[in-house]
Order: sequence, then C-alpha cells, then structure tokens
Amino acid sequence: MNNNKFKLMAIGAAAGLLNGLFGSGGGTIVVPALVFIMKLKDYKAHATAIPIILPLSIISVIIYLLNNKVPIKIALMVMVGGLMGSYIGAKFLNKIPVKYLRKIFGSVIIYTALRMILR
Amino acid sequence: MKLILIGFLSGIISGMGIGGGTVLIPSLVFFSELSQIEAQGINLIVFIPISIVAIITHLKQGNLERKYIKPMVLGGIISALIGSFLAIKINEDRLRTYFGIFLLAIGIYEFFKKEKE
Repeated sequence: MNNNKFKLMAIGAAAGLLNGLFGSGGGTIVVPALVFIMKLKDYKAHATAIPIILPLSIISVIIYLLNNKVPIKIALMVMVGGLMGSYIGAKFLNKIPVKYLRKIFGSVIIYTALRMILR
Repeated sequence: MKLILIGFLSGIISGMGIGGGTVLIPSLVFFSELSQIEAQGINLIVFIPISIVAIITHLKQGNLERKYIKPMVLGGIISALIGSFLAIKINEDRLRTYFGIFLLAIGIYEFFKKEKE
C-alpha cells in the first residue's frame, strides 16, 4: 500500500499542476490513473475524481482571484447555464449512445485544438 | 444570453464524463472577448458548485472510493499552487498555444478510446 500511496500522491501532483496551469484537465489525469493503476471501474473512477479535483480547483481559483483573473459577473452567468446543463446531462446521460458521441466530440476537440494552436 | 448557453452546453457535456472545461474554455475564448487565463479562471470557479452537487449525488449512490482521495489531494496541493502561478506569469499567446496542445492530446485520446460494451 505504501508504494500505491506514493503513486497516488505523484498522480495527484501531476493533476494539480495541469489543473492550475490550464484551469481544467485534472480529471484527464486522475480518471485514467484510477482505472489503469488502481483498477477502479469506469464510473467509480469518474465519481472519485470529483472530490479530488475540487480542493485543487479551489486552491487554483484563489490564486486566480487574487490576481484578478476571474471576471465574476461573466462567471455567474456561465454558472447558471452550467448548473442547468449538468442537471440535464446527468438525467439523460444513460439514454444516449456515448460511443458515437465520443467520436464526434473527439473530432470537434481536435479541430478546436488545432485552431487554438495555429491562431 | 450567449454566455448562459455556452455554460449550458458545456454542463451537458461534462455530465457525459468528458471534461466540461475542454468545451467551456475554447468556447469562451472564441465567442467572447475573454482572454485565455480569464476563460480558465471562469472554468475553475464554475466547476465548484457543479462538483459539489455531483459529489452529494455520488455519495448517496456509494460511488466514491474514499481511500484514494486523501493521498491524491495531498500530492496535488503544492503543484496546484505552482501551476496557477505559472498560468498567471506565462505570456497570453503562449498559454493558449500550450492549452491547444493539451487539448489536442485529449481529443486524440477521446477519439481512439475503446468503449467497453
């Protein structure tokens, strides 16, 4: 378990760094790590990642706030939409074939990424 | 209204287990006047209430493997501080380019990931 504990801390360190640097993406490290190294089931890994990323995000957002990098009014509007969207997403998630959506979103994300790099 | 819609769509997508930030941050950069770092700050703060709701739901359903949470959080505290300071110090164009490279890796991973039946 000690070896595992060290691995978990190292993964946490990588997740914290990315999450602070890019304001997102901690989950993209934590979820696969929990699945492939700790052998958690997919849905449990997704769920467990959230309370791991939350405190790290709070730390990062404090640093961002102290440096005036969070426009609060805009954030509140996005938050209202985000809360409604995540409620609906969670409700209908099981009724959509995620397999095909992944391909579509993967393509959209790749296209978006290239636009950001080449702009 | 545009901002609420952007939040709404990324909220739906985050419910599918694909990070909402991968949609929210580029949308804000492309469709509003916000800078890369501001879009990142918004994503971080918007995530907080949404994830609290999600944690409560998962707690009730018993989906959380609690023993993994503490070591990962402890490992991440210092690096979260370092990452945030780096984001603030890095030049705006560079930060967007690095984010784009990170996003590209996520996109390729999502595209080729095998779905368990």
